[in-house]
Amino acid sequence: MQSLNRLKESPSQTAGPYVHIGCVPNFCGIEGVYPEDLGTAMVNEKTKGERIKVSGTVYDGTGTPLKDAMIEIWQADADGLYPSPEEHRGTADPNFTGWGRKAGDYGTGEWIFETIKPGAVPFPDGRMMAPHITFWVVARGINIGLQTRMYFPDEADANAKDPILTRIEHQNRVPTLIAQKTGDGAYKFDIILQGENETVFFDV
Amino acid sequence: MSLSNQRPAGGIFARDRAWQPEALTPQYKTSVARSPSRALLSMPQTLSEITGPVFGHNMIGALDNDLILNFAKSGESAIGPRIIVYGRVLDESGRGVPNVLVEFWQANAGGRYRHAKEGYIAPLDPNFGGCGRCITGEDGSYEFRTVQPGPYPWPNRGNDWRPAHIHFSLFGQGFAQRLITQMYFEGDPMIWKCPIVDTVPHSDGIESLIALLDMDSTIPMDARAYKFDMVLRGKRSTLFENKLEGN
Ligand SMILES: [Fe+3]
Repeated sequence: MQSLNRLKESPSQTAGPYVHIGCVPNFCGIEGVYPEDLGTAMVNEKTKGERIKVSGTVYDGTGTPLKDAMIEIWQADADGLYPSPEEHRGTADPNFTGWGRKAGDYGTGEWIFETIKPGAVPFPDGRMMAPHITFWVVARGINIGLQTRMYFPDEADANAKDPILTRIEHQNRVPTLIAQKTGDGAYKFDIILQGENETVFFDV
Repeated sequence: MSLSNQRPAGGIFARDRAWQPEALTPQYKTSVARSPSRALLSMPQTLSEITGPVFGHNMIGALDNDLILNFAKSGESAIGPRIIVYGRVLDESGRGVPNVLVEFWQANAGGRYRHAKEGYIAPLDPNFGGCGRCITGEDGSYEFRTVQPGPYPWPNRGNDWRPAHIHFSLFGQGFAQRLITQMYFEGDPMIWKCPIVDTVPHSDGIESLIALLDMDSTIPMDARAYKFDMVLRGKRSTLFENKLEGN
């Protein structure tokens, strides 16, 4: 028989408590190596779309905030286009990076992204997905990065038709994927790693 | 739209969760309260997962891949066994993955991190920061220079020590390929005593994280070399789909 000659993905290992050194060195006081931490600025003054702030905290199974988590987000631009070579539907806003990275505050664990509200992106069958932001969470004690999505509370109609949200068998868990609106253009999206209100995490 | 056109190009191989660490690994105590207790929800890959950010070679500074010099005072250098770490980032089909942002971080030669929450008694090296980065070439290759990190103790069970290791963060072409892992050094007896290494369920998986000493790539009288390849999830070929570009 022939062989497919496949390799195995490298096993994941925890990012550990010192992920800041490698990924956000300026944040943790290692200055002068990189001009600025990657993923700090997602928008500039020319970026199209509604400016929003998304903040939140990651909590463990005891309700304790994680003070060593690192969060990355990935989202479409205001027209629903991704700034990626895999995006073949058009050219995304050159003034939007689509990707952000933040470490939780050492004291409180809170992180804040300044971004824009994403446009809708199609599901593979052509239906539109509700506007959403993909989250990736790593920290000490997390052996493999956790992926989830944040949806918007002011998109109730689109959320009700979203191809991902509607396929969740336990519909009582859907609210864990929907941010709270805390002000004009301000959203809070807490991530619960474990327990009764555990956030839905995806195997993508 | 034909059926075969409905799937976006460039889908990513399913992740083999049996090969990857479980979330709950009680020998690594911090995982106990930080592991989701419910099953991960399977979902079809969409554009949100198969697209990902791109990093250009022009963002890399001249010393970004030289941890011996990138934090050192002018004319000085980090203390420790000088090594070159090199290898390729491949996908599960064995193809080199170009333009991967590879970030790495580590303790100094004494096993001490430059971090406010670090409490090990080993001293800081004033000339060592501990971070570096590079972007893979067309064939997926990367390299950097550093000092070999030391092992360090950590609060877990009564007397746990991390083997010498370097942390790596990788971006593939799609956000679903995002990966953080660690590299270990051939011959280190601490590898097989470490509860974090032990989260990897298969010994073949652990072996795949151990870099080999490569004397042929050593720079005589200067630095030894370790070869470390990493593998990201594969990408499906776009067979039977309208190709907008090659894969
Ligand atoms: Fe470490």
